[in-house]
Amino acid sequence: MVQVNGERIDAADGVTLARYLEQNGYKKDRIAVECNGEIVPKAEYESRVLQDGDVIEVVSFVGGG
Amino acid sequence: MCGSKQGAPTKQEIQNALEIRHTKECQDKIGNAGVAICGLGGLGSNIAVALARCGVGSLHLIDFDCVDLTNLNRQQYRADQVGQKKTEALKENLLAIHPYLSVRTDCVKITEENIGGLLEEEAFICEAFDAPEEKAMLTNYVLTRFPEKYLVGASGMAGFGDSNSILTRKITGRYYLCGDGKKDAAVYGGLTAPRVMLCAAHQANKILELILTGE
Repeated sequence: MVQVNGERIDAADGVTLARYLEQNGYKKDRIAVECNGEIVPKAEYESRVLQDGDVIEVVSFVGGG
Repeated sequence: MCGSKQGAPTKQEIQNALEIRHTKECQDKIGNAGVAICGLGGLGSNIAVALARCGVGSLHLIDFDCVDLTNLNRQQYRADQVGQKKTEALKENLLAIHPYLSVRTDCVKITEENIGGLLEEEAFICEAFDAPEEKAMLTNYVLTRFPEKYLVGASGMAGFGDSNSILTRKITGRYYLCGDGKKDAAVYGGLTAPRVMLCAAHQANKILELILTGE
């Protein structure tokens, strides 16, 4: 099981990070992704496969400053 | 006495006044810290003023833009500065507050090509951009390439009211994110001084805490 932004996601095991993000409506150019305390470089989104026990935080940025 | 205009204070007088307010132990740390501020809009200009008043060691101001009349509702510029480079206008305003502040400016758009060189020096970085794509670019770059630096960013401070939804969250290691995480300027009808200043104050306060305690 994978945890994303504090929620348990059963269906995410074995899915690539890129696919998970796309399926959940995240825009790749407006986010930063941390997995198990480490930032995931954007170049690794396609190859990174979500594993049982992964704790993921997706930071989505909105406009304004 | 009020009403009698005094000459400009000396560097030592300002230092003594800061030590009275912050204690010498704290002021020594604050006075040795370098902070880069990326974007000098509602967030960056207010963060800069807060840190200048704290007597931070040095500020590195980075923005490519000029002051526009529509900035004055929330940014730390004056009506007579419309049209000036933000870097120069803000530097002038900061030096009026603290004449001995060390200020470095770069009037340039931060891109993936130049960001590494621009942010090499300072240990503390404020992400104070407007566009979500730029926020994401800077955040990803700094967290990937500069893991030893502290980064304090912001997301979600548009609209009005709802003060208590603006928070500081620790995301990972040395990365903190301020804001409500939701209210997009494009959706929530623009940006107001008090709410943007709340978020900027969260960022400046976190930077100060990191300087003083490392967490």
